[in-house]
Amino acid sequence: MSITYLDAIREAQAKALRDNPRVYIYGQDIATFGGAFKATKNLAKEFPGRVLDAPISEDAMVGSAIGAAIEGMRPIVEMQFADFSAVAFNQIVNQAATLYWRTQVACPITIRLPSGANPGSGPFHSQTLESIYSHFPGLVVMTPATVEDAYTMLLEAIEVDDPVIFCEHKYLYNRLKSDALPESNLPFNTARIARAGRDISIVAYSSMVHEALSAADHLHKENIDAEVIDLRCIKPLDINTVLASVARTARLLCVGESWPWGGVNSEVIASVVTQGFHLLDAPPQRINSKDTPIPFHPNLWSAHKPSSQVIAAAARGLCEW
Amino acid sequence: MLDTLNRPRRDAVRPVSREQFTNAFHWMLLARAVEEKLASLWRAGKIFGGVYLGKGQEAVSAALGVVLEPGDIFGPLIRDQAGRLAFGEAPIDVFRVYFGSRTGFSRGRDGNVHRGKPAEGYHAMISHLGSLISVVAGALLARRFKGDTGVVGATTIGDGGTSTGAFHEAINMAAVEKLPLVVVVVNNQYAFSTPNSRQFACRDLADRAAGYGVEGHSVDGTDLAECLEVLGRATGRARAGHGPQVIVASCLRLTGHAEHDDAFYMDKSLYQTPLGRDCMKVAEQFLLERRWADQSSLNAWTQAAKVQVEEAVTDAQREPLADPSIETWCPYATAKIADALLVR
Repeated sequence: MSITYLDAIREAQAKALRDNPRVYIYGQDIATFGGAFKATKNLAKEFPGRVLDAPISEDAMVGSAIGAAIEGMRPIVEMQFADFSAVAFNQIVNQAATLYWRTQVACPITIRLPSGANPGSGPFHSQTLESIYSHFPGLVVMTPATVEDAYTMLLEAIEVDDPVIFCEHKYLYNRLKSDALPESNLPFNTARIARAGRDISIVAYSSMVHEALSAADHLHKENIDAEVIDLRCIKPLDINTVLASVARTARLLCVGESWPWGGVNSEVIASVVTQGFHLLDAPPQRINSKDTPIPFHPNLWSAHKPSSQVIAAAARGLCEW
Repeated sequence: MLDTLNRPRRDAVRPVSREQFTNAFHWMLLARAVEEKLASLWRAGKIFGGVYLGKGQEAVSAALGVVLEPGDIFGPLIRDQAGRLAFGEAPIDVFRVYFGSRTGFSRGRDGNVHRGKPAEGYHAMISHLGSLISVVAGALLARRFKGDTGVVGATTIGDGGTSTGAFHEAINMAAVEKLPLVVVVVNNQYAFSTPNSRQFACRDLADRAAGYGVEGHSVDGTDLAECLEVLGRATGRARAGHGPQVIVASCLRLTGHAEHDDAFYMDKSLYQTPLGRDCMKVAEQFLLERRWADQSSLNAWTQAAKVQVEEAVTDAQREPLADPSIETWCPYATAKIADALLVR
C-alpha cells in the first residue's frame, strides 16, 4: 500500500472527524468536489453536514471559524491556495492571534494553506507564507515535510488550543509516498535530524528538506558530510536542535522557499548568531527564493526557488571557508 | 402596520410593555451615567487611550440588549454601553478595563471598548470594523452543530462599517447558512468625520438587505418604543428560523467620534431635525405621557444611576493595576507551547 502526502492530509482529517464530534471543515469546493486538490475527497459523504462548502469569502471563513472555536468547536479551514489567505489576513493576525491574549479564551482553529509552487502556477497560486504568519504572536505555524509529519502534525494542529497555520506543500502532495501512516511521531514542536552529518548544518523545512537531502547526497560524493535539519514547526521554533547541530558542525546554511526579507532563515540565523556566535567557524549563509513575485514559466520558476544544486554549491563554499 | 420600508407607521400606537420599556430606560440612564463619568475621568487624565461614547445611541443599544435572551450571543461595538449593561455587564467591569485593573477582563492587555467575555457569548470586538459579524455568525454555526436551537446572535455596526468587505462577506455567508444573525446598523450620519454622502450611494442602507436575500428593517433610533418594537420583531424572526435580519436605526451621534474630537465638521443643522433628538429626552417624554413615571421618579432614577456609577468607580480605583513583573508575556493557550516559553 502506498500513501501520499495528500492522502495523509485527507486521512488525518477523516480521523479527526471520526474521533471528535467538534471537528468540522469549511472551505471552497471541499464538499461535493472534494477540494481543489482532493484533500477532502469523499469526506462530505462520510461525514454529512460537517464538510461545508463556503462562499468565496476568506475573511468570513476564518471569522466564522473563530466564532465557532470560541463556542468549543475545532474548525478546520481549507484555503484553496495559501495565496488567498491574504484576504483573511485581518481575521488571522488581528482576531485569531490576539484572542487568547486579550480574553483568556482559546482559539483552536486550524487553517490549512496549500503552499508553494508547481510549474506553471504563477504569482498567485504559488506562495509560501510561513514567514509572514510567524511574525505574529499567538499563531502556531507548522511546515510538514514528510508523509508521516503531514499526518501526525495535522492531528496535533487540530488538538492545539491556539490558531495553527498549517502550511502543506503542494509540490509534495502526490510526489511523496510512504508505506503506512505512523502510530506515533515526534511532537510537533521538535525539529528532526533528517540526515546526520558532521561538516555542515543545513537547516530547511517543508519541500526544501528534500532539496537539502538531495544536495547532501551530492556533497557526500565529495566527502562533505552534511547534516540536514527539518524544522517541522516554524513557530514555536526549536532552536535548541539547531544550536546543538551547529555546535557539532560549526557551519550553518539555512534554506527556505519564502522570500528573504525578515523570514524564517533570517530568524534562525539571528538566533544562532546571538546565542551561539562562538560555535561558528564561518559566517552563516541563507538561500531563499529570489526577491521577486513567483514567475509562471517553468524555466524562470525553477531558477527562482532554491534547488539542490544551489544548496550544494553554497554548502561547498561554506566548507571551504 | 408597516410602511414600504418595513418600518412601523409613525401614527401607530406602540405595543410596548411598561416593564420592558422602563427596564430598557434604566439601562439607558445607567449607560449615560457611566459614559459621563468616563468622559470626566478622561479629561482628568485618569484613563489611558481613547474614550468613545454612545451618546445619542442609548435607545437602540439598550433595546437590543433587552430583547436578547439568556443564552443568546452579543457582539457589541464601540457605542454600545447601554446594550452591554442590558446584556449583563456590571458597571465595575467597565471601569476595571478603562483603568487597566489587574482583575479586569483583559488585565490591562487590551482596553476600553475591546472588552468582553467571549466564552459567555459576550464577544470582544477588535478595531477592524465588520470583522466581528462573521465571528458571531460562526458562534451561531457552532450552536447549530451542538443542537442548541432557538438562540440568536446579535451584533452592531455603524454606517461606515457597512462599507467594509468583511460586512459583505459575513452577511452573505450568514444568509447562505440561514443563521439566526441580527445585524443592527446604527446610522449615526458620520463615520469619524465622514458623512453618509461620502460613505455610500444607495438610497437607504436597509435596501441592502434585499441584495443579500435577508429581511431588512428600518427604525427611528431616537425612539426607544419603536426600537423595542422593531428589534423585538427582528430577533423574533431570527429566532423562529427566518434567517439573518438587518435593521437600520437612524439617529445622530451627539458627541465627537471620541472625546479628543470636538466634531467641528458636523452639520449643526442636523441637531434641529428629528434625527438630532436626544433619545433620553424622547424616552422621558414617553414615560411622562404614559404616566409610567413622573418627574420626581425620573430624577430619583437618574440619581440612583449616578450613585451606582460612583460606587463602581470607587471600587475599581482601589484595585491593583496591570503589572509587568507578574505578566506572563505568553500569548499561547496550548500548555506544551506555554510551558516552553515560560521556562525561558
